[in-house]
Amino acid sequence: MTSSPARPRTGAPSTVSVAAAPCPVVVLDAGGHVAQLNDAARALLPAARAGRPLSSPAWLATADGTRPEPVDGEVGDRSFLAHPSVLADGRTVWWLTDETAYRTAVGELEAERSRTRFLTDASSALLASLNLERSMEVTARLATEHLADAALVIAPTAARTLPVVACDHRGQVTRSTVTEAPDTVPGLAEALRGFPPVPSRWIDPATAPDWLIPPGFGEVGSLVITPLPGLGVPAGALVLLRRVQQDAFSEAEESLAGLFAARAGAAMSAARLYAEQNAISDTLMRELLPPTLRQMQGVEFAGGYRASRDTERIGGDFYDVHPPTEDSPETLVVLGDVAGKGLEAAVLTGKIRNTLHALLPMADDHGRMLRLVNNAMRTSHHTRFATLVMASVRREEREVVLRLTSAGHPAPLIIRRDGTVEEADTRGTLIGVLPAVTSRTARVRLAPGETCLLFTDGVTEARGGPLGDTMFGDRRLRRAAAECAGMPAEAVVERIQMVTSQWIGDGRHDDIAVLAITAPRGAHLSAVDGATRGRYTA
Amino acid sequence: MTGHLTEHTDRPGRRDVGGRLPAPHGDDAAAPWADKLWTAVRAADEYTGLDVVTDALAAGLDPESVLLDVIGAVQRKVGTEWAANRMSVADEHAATAINDRVIAVLPVRRPADSRGRITVACVDQEWHALPARLVSETLRLRGWQVDYLGAQVPTAHLISHIHRTGPDAVCLSSSLPTRLPLAHSAITAVQAAGTPVMAGGLAFGADGRYARLLGADAWAPDARAAADRLAAGPLSRPTPAHQATDDLPHLRDQEYTLVAKSSPRLVRDTFRSLEQRFPAMRDYSDEQRERTAEDIAHIVTFLTAALYVDADEVFGDFLVWTAEVLSARGVPARSLLPCLDLLKEQLHDFPRACRLLDAGRTALTPRP
Repeated sequence: MTSSPARPRTGAPSTVSVAAAPCPVVVLDAGGHVAQLNDAARALLPAARAGRPLSSPAWLATADGTRPEPVDGEVGDRSFLAHPSVLADGRTVWWLTDETAYRTAVGELEAERSRTRFLTDASSALLASLNLERSMEVTARLATEHLADAALVIAPTAARTLPVVACDHRGQVTRSTVTEAPDTVPGLAEALRGFPPVPSRWIDPATAPDWLIPPGFGEVGSLVITPLPGLGVPAGALVLLRRVQQDAFSEAEESLAGLFAARAGAAMSAARLYAEQNAISDTLMRELLPPTLRQMQGVEFAGGYRASRDTERIGGDFYDVHPPTEDSPETLVVLGDVAGKGLEAAVLTGKIRNTLHALLPMADDHGRMLRLVNNAMRTSHHTRFATLVMASVRREEREVVLRLTSAGHPAPLIIRRDGTVEEADTRGTLIGVLPAVTSRTARVRLAPGETCLLFTDGVTEARGGPLGDTMFGDRRLRRAAAECAGMPAEAVVERIQMVTSQWIGDGRHDDIAVLAITAPRGAHLSAVDGATRGRYTA
Repeated sequence: MTGHLTEHTDRPGRRDVGGRLPAPHGDDAAAPWADKLWTAVRAADEYTGLDVVTDALAAGLDPESVLLDVIGAVQRKVGTEWAANRMSVADEHAATAINDRVIAVLPVRRPADSRGRITVACVDQEWHALPARLVSETLRLRGWQVDYLGAQVPTAHLISHIHRTGPDAVCLSSSLPTRLPLAHSAITAVQAAGTPVMAGGLAFGADGRYARLLGADAWAPDARAAADRLAAGPLSRPTPAHQATDDLPHLRDQEYTLVAKSSPRLVRDTFRSLEQRFPAMRDYSDEQRERTAEDIAHIVTFLTAALYVDADEVFGDFLVWTAEVLSARGVPARSLLPCLDLLKEQLHDFPRACRLLDAGRTALTPRP
């Protein structure tokens, strides 16, 4: 490999003259005296004189000229970088380049990056929760960490009290309720109203009420109230506090606070909407949810429900246990299945349950009750049909006496103490289709520890198993039921639900409802009305 | 001989696989009450059980001790007795139901204002609710406001509950290591909702290693430790929302996804091959055949769970425990080996699965 010879420099100008240099140049001798300076340098450093020591700027005067490393510093309001060239005679030539624009750009870039980082972090923190109190906490905490020394978030309310979340200068978040009208703070009432839009408002810290200042905060330097813009609803207000020793808010900081307030307001109003929607659906759903069952009249009742979709809590299966009333001395249990799934089916179960409830006084005649329900369903605009099973339950000494009637529904299973499983001998027409319905009622006695198991076809028609697509079927249900001999009602329900669930695995399934009626076993059975021990059966 | 796997048809559906419970906290004053409750539970006598707990409280035993050292101790014994084949599945369910009911005797305390709100839930498909119930009741006794969501809580329900109530933390319970993949999705979802998670239960390992692996913000070995940890101060804020594979880089090889997806076929093919190799199986009753298929399905489920967390011991411990359960029921443990061989033949393209199967075989081999 050949290397090209060094370019001959003879004939070319050996140095650029200091005077001709396009930037300020200062030549210092080894003793720090100014040896030479060009016009640009003279204009920049008017105090510098040839032959005198360089007095300012200090960063250049004291710089080590023997090391080939640039130094930097300010001259007036500008920034310079000084590159040294060491000459043979010990003098140093300092070439000064103006870096003001670059520095400003770097500084602004860093500030912009940190603002973006803050807004990104704020967005992900605010997006995480749909809970109003959490959103308020996150807002107060982020505002304190990035915008102010302390922050308060005040939620709008129809009540006479103000829900407040404060984050103090130590980062401590507290929730409280302030019993004061918002108009005691200038601008707060307007900010909370949400409309018409108002800008951020500075208020004189001296006029701020005590509840606005966190305990131990010290003297407030500046205080600003920023409205939180909501999604068509008022979202609240953000109060930022800075101490006296801190700078007041700059224009950039104020605009950042505005961007943050927009995000916080959107998150808080989304949380508020979510809570409102939930309150509505909870109220509507309360009537449709399966009831929690317990022991009644010395008989154990337990129920379990699993909707076809895991995200839902209601579906087309239902059950109810109605305690005895003056008109009907027996407890009436109903378990049924409306054609279809999901919310629409659930609404119909609500209607059937209400109808049955109204017909309770006729529970001594299951057939008549079913005829009336059938008529009611056929005259309603719903085209769906239902199957159900009714059980009238009465305790007789230590035994439990049942009248069971199926209307097109799988017959209940009777689990005897010895593990024998019998099918109740009842049969009937389904409800809501034919003009006339017939049914046959079975009478069953349960000895202590025996159970009558009511279930929907979601159990028997569950598909799954170790090999994937096998139907659970009556045989497996009977076998599982046989294992439940002697168990308390809750345990029977749990066992059947568990076996079914394991059978289904991750697969799809229909609504599943299971209900157990069990004659209790145990030492205290006779003391149903006892005063102390044994009172649990009542 | 593999056929022996199915000899004991009364064996329950492995509800308690891996369900050994850690030794209880010693409380001498509680021990006699625990013995009495055990007798009542063993006799399925709920009323006597209620009386035992009422009397223990009346005798001055601290409610938390009644909860954990009497009721909790009895529940632990239920687990060990079942494993030793001294309790049937009916007894076990009945005992758990009675334990669950006697908890109601404990005093109800108004939540203290200074304490926060905690949600306690079992992972989806997790049926063992009692450990979570014990945590809930312990926290209640210590003044927390507790929302106890019970067994098998679908993650979507849990998240919706978090948005509604805004708890300070979620305690997530799981007993079976096979629920670890679901536990992971629950943990990441709760954290994405800005709420820290404390994991507990046997699924997460005796030292909580899987809780850490799955990114839980805290782990507690038992109800007392959980309550102590929460009392010590708020859990650290969870890391921002992230992808599951960030926690578990080994998942990028897709072995878990592929094996889990093909598991029904794996079970079917293994079952058919067993039938061919062991003609005696052809004389099995339908029920025996189904039990055999269930056994294979369990092995595959644990194998996939072990793939998810990439831990030999999840698979090995399951096999050793199964071998112990089988031995207690008079079935030789070597009956498991042909299943492992057949699975390895089908999974030869999956290096991590093969490693786990080899480790399982080693774990099953008696040491000299």
